[in-house]
Amino acid sequence: MFTKLTRPLFLMMLPVLIITCTFLLIPMFRLVVISISGEDGLMIYWHALSDARYLQSLLDTLFLSVLVTLVTLAIAVISGLFLSRNHFPGKSVLISLLTFPLAFPGVVVGFLVIMLGGRQGLSAELGLFLDDTRWTFAYSIVGLFVGYIYFSIPRVLLTVIAAVEKMDMMLEEAARSLGASRLRVFIDVIIPALKPALIASGAICFATSMGAFGTAFALASGINVMPMTIYTEFTLGANIAMAASLSIILGLITWLVLLLARSVSGANTSPAA
Amino acid sequence: MKRTLSYYLQLSFTLLICAFMLVPVLMSMTAGLTNNYFQGLSSGLTLRWVEEVMALYSDTLWLTLKLALATLLVNLIAGVPAAYFLACSTSRWARVFEELILLPVAIPGLAIALALIIVYGGVQDLRTSWLFILIGHVLYTLPFMVRAVLAVLHSIDLKLLEEGAASLGAGFLRRFFDVIIPNCKGGIISGALMTLTLSVAEFNLTWMLHTPMTKTLPVGLADSYASMRLEISSAYTLIFLVLLLPLMIGTQWVGANTQKKQLSPSKPRHASLGKNDEH
Repeated sequence: MFTKLTRPLFLMMLPVLIITCTFLLIPMFRLVVISISGEDGLMIYWHALSDARYLQSLLDTLFLSVLVTLVTLAIAVISGLFLSRNHFPGKSVLISLLTFPLAFPGVVVGFLVIMLGGRQGLSAELGLFLDDTRWTFAYSIVGLFVGYIYFSIPRVLLTVIAAVEKMDMMLEEAARSLGASRLRVFIDVIIPALKPALIASGAICFATSMGAFGTAFALASGINVMPMTIYTEFTLGANIAMAASLSIILGLITWLVLLLARSVSGANTSPAA
Repeated sequence: MKRTLSYYLQLSFTLLICAFMLVPVLMSMTAGLTNNYFQGLSSGLTLRWVEEVMALYSDTLWLTLKLALATLLVNLIAGVPAAYFLACSTSRWARVFEELILLPVAIPGLAIALALIIVYGGVQDLRTSWLFILIGHVLYTLPFMVRAVLAVLHSIDLKLLEEGAASLGAGFLRRFFDVIIPNCKGGIISGALMTLTLSVAEFNLTWMLHTPMTKTLPVGLADSYASMRLEISSAYTLIFLVLLLPLMIGTQWVGANTQKKQLSPSKPRHASLGKNDEH
């Protein structure tokens, strides 16, 4: 026996729809319109992708984000496998410490990189001690790389740990009992089993790196990553059309990568802070 | 269990990564509490810098808290019903709406902020008000709230519960508040914690949307990194970490509880869906 449910469903959605339309859809639409309403029209996208300065910025950002993603994945797989397969006292504290920086905003991460590699940082002190020169890396692309790795590790590590815990140990044991070496098991059993999680968290890591603004802002390095270029175009150059078109290009790249990862891995992908 | 060489190699690697995450935080914390960082700890410990930060920047702290609570309120009023709609509706539009809500996590904050400024930046009363930042924070955190609640709603038999209540004569509002909300409490709590954490730490959008009169804590931090001495920047960072700490502990605690429930056999499938959303 069924009771017919009366539910004012649409009404439940209304507040979010109003918010999304007023503050997301209309503004994003206007952003597209503004980007092509300059004197160049649609050609502005050609400029954005062919002008040496913008192209360099885009390529630098892509290179940095891809590299950060690969290195973070490698770190997360090594530590994630270790942390979920072994039991030792203090393990949960270790995991908490590794994931605590998850919520740090980019500017704080930038400041922490200065603490490590700035003019008065740890590596400068170490350099003074060892060969009388201050070793600094904070204000170069290395500083950006270190910062991006810093904020990427907690996110990716958590996903990898969760994925390893869901893995079927039987497969590995079967492979081992059939005489497969550790390396073979790793390549043929563990990596394929983790692939969906790696693709999903890798895509999130990539998208977060592409859009990261705070770290580059705090480090004020010579490297103009895309978000910095957009910010400079908007505030210093007052070139709103170019800032808009660069944002749209950047947004399209991150959105497409996340979409692609989701269709390949079938997992939830959404970047956090 | 036998501990092999590879065990110790992996352990040292993991400890090294942990040191990398932890050492700069500890350095910054000590720097905020020492008299003179360049002379080191021997110059003595002090709360002078913390006091100075409170004198200079305490308004950023209050604004940050106000924003986080207001964002949470909007997310609860708008986000929880929206999640319910998405869980119940089978129409094609529901999937479109879901994609739409999730859009702000896929687009860099800078682009969203730019779009908001282009459309509403001219409205002086809004542009100079803290509500302008609130709009940004709601857009950015709403997806996390909706997905946290949605994950729980997917894991329970909503229809069965509601039909049971309806057959006893409960109207829609009664069912929503007395059946649905208590059943997705876990999702609401983890969504709320995430909303607060993300809002408190948001910088990318906020930097674009703020005015000199509406500075949040992360904006103030960027300001102090650029213009203040290292001790003050560090003390300010320390205050920020203290603010984040209860939220982080809460998140971990909720996460651990969810995991425990997953392990117990009585809990139905799908509970794991929420896991990805938590971070």
